[in-house]
Amino acid sequence: MSEIPDATPAFPKLTRPMSGRVVAGVAQGAADQLRLDPVVLRLAFVLLTVLDGLGIVAYAALWMFTPREPSERVDRGRDWGQVAAYSLVAFVLAAIGLLSGAAAGGVATWPIAIGGIGSLILWQQADPASRQRWMNSTVGQVRQTWVRAGVGLLLVVVGAIGFLVAQDQLAQASTGLMFTAVVVGGIGLIAAPWLASLWKELQRERTERIRQEERAEVAAHVHDSVLHTLTLIQRNANDPREVTRLARSQERELRNWLYQPKQDADATLAAAVRRVAAEEEDAHGVPIEIVCVGDCELDESLSALLHAARQAMVNAAKYSESPVVSVYLEIEPDEVTLFVRDRGKGFTLDDVPEDRMGIRQSIIGRMERNGGSARVKTAPGEGTEIMLTMKRTP
Amino acid sequence: MKTVRVLIVDDHRLFRSGVRAELGPSIQVVGEAEDVETAVRTIAELEPDVVLLDVHMPGGGGQEVLRRVLGAGSQVRFLALSVSDAAEDVIGVIRGGARGYVTKTINGTELTDAVNRVAEGDAVFSPRLAGFVLDAFASTEAPPIDPELDSLTTREREVLRLIARGYAYKEIAKELFISVKTVETHVSSVLRKLQLSNRHELSRWATARRLV
Repeated sequence: MSEIPDATPAFPKLTRPMSGRVVAGVAQGAADQLRLDPVVLRLAFVLLTVLDGLGIVAYAALWMFTPREPSERVDRGRDWGQVAAYSLVAFVLAAIGLLSGAAAGGVATWPIAIGGIGSLILWQQADPASRQRWMNSTVGQVRQTWVRAGVGLLLVVVGAIGFLVAQDQLAQASTGLMFTAVVVGGIGLIAAPWLASLWKELQRERTERIRQEERAEVAAHVHDSVLHTLTLIQRNANDPREVTRLARSQERELRNWLYQPKQDADATLAAAVRRVAAEEEDAHGVPIEIVCVGDCELDESLSALLHAARQAMVNAAKYSESPVVSVYLEIEPDEVTLFVRDRGKGFTLDDVPEDRMGIRQSIIGRMERNGGSARVKTAPGEGTEIMLTMKRTP
Repeated sequence: MKTVRVLIVDDHRLFRSGVRAELGPSIQVVGEAEDVETAVRTIAELEPDVVLLDVHMPGGGGQEVLRRVLGAGSQVRFLALSVSDAAEDVIGVIRGGARGYVTKTINGTELTDAVNRVAEGDAVFSPRLAGFVLDAFASTEAPPIDPELDSLTTREREVLRLIARGYAYKEIAKELFISVKTVETHVSSVLRKLQLSNRHELSRWATARRLV
């Protein structure tokens, strides 16, 4: 048990895997942790069961205290062939033991086994992950951990006392033990209610503080944005266009705050497209609806795509006379596609004079210079859709 | 075309009267309800063709209404109508049994259209819902458990993409050289997958969206 390979700094928490288990997955879980073949442990359990039935006790204890491995797979059930095999081994061993009279392991093996199980349970608790969870988790989990630690401690103590009894040393140690027990017990009795109330108080204070911080954040946000906008709307009450614009921009901002992941507006493409669309929506007073599928980091060629997209949005909002502009961004593993679509008046591409910069230079030219492509689909009265495609650099 | 009988379930009175005024002549609003309890009772009483269902309401919200009404074996069709853009709300009501999801910014004509479509048993996807579905079905490396239910066909993907790009069904049909009926079939099939697929990615995806 002392040989833990250095390769793994924190050993995994002991769990019972549900796949490949024979009875409850205890042996397999322990074997995973100890990096042994589960067969060795299974045989050890069988052997201990034959000697005085210890194995079964140990198994039951570990079964109780070891959580199931979290798994979303379907429970495949146990391997009944293996169950039969191990039962057979146990049966044969028991028969041999009975016949030869060697099964009497003696009382002395009990304490050692109990102590062993206790240490196992304690040890199992002691991985960093569980400690972390214990530090910042719900009360229910804390309680569960405490119960487990308590039972483990109790088992170790019982094991130690049992060992002393078996060695006939208890008489000498008992005076000291008794003294310690009485003192610790007394202090515990005195301090327990106080500690309990302190703990409760701490918990209460923590929840209260979190709640207050949240409230303060919400209040600050509402004040900075919503109240401010409402004031502006009242002031501009006679300008319906401005009121719509204010309401729309406030709505978008509130939505972002409520539903969008908090992210740096310039770190990812989806966030950047949302920001650009918001700016153009504000500037031109036409709602721009955005749907994004997937996301990725923003790099140089995607920045070019972003600029082209902005130009397309400006064109749609400014010239198309469409009540709404739709933007759809899809990020696939090897390619990014962005569509800007309006249901406005459309135009004939050939009629656009050569010197007009918007579409030819800022959209098509920019995309092609950066290794992408742009396609314009439009006809008078049919609206316009601009599709921008850019290969992703790995 | 026969008139469609509609019940409006929403906790904002102003919004209910707004919708009532906006819906076209092909639709008859037979009643209104303002919370889960009245909604469940009124649906049983009036048996409307379509229920316009708000997602956020006192007493458990739209999902609770869906659970209780559809759980009791009712055949009423629901169209979810909400201001929320949260993925878990959108996916939640669809998984709960709604035949479609549109946001409250939708205009009267589009809403009338959507109600008629739901009344005929078709599905209604807003661009955003289409985006969510594409995202949810794409965001997986794990092989699907049930290939029929857990993945979209190429055609379904194409249709969803066009919806996400802001195309109406008629425009999609024209773009893909198929009939509007075929577009409706594809969307209904996506809806079925969305409702029946057991893929935990779907719910995990929606929850992950909420947590960030």
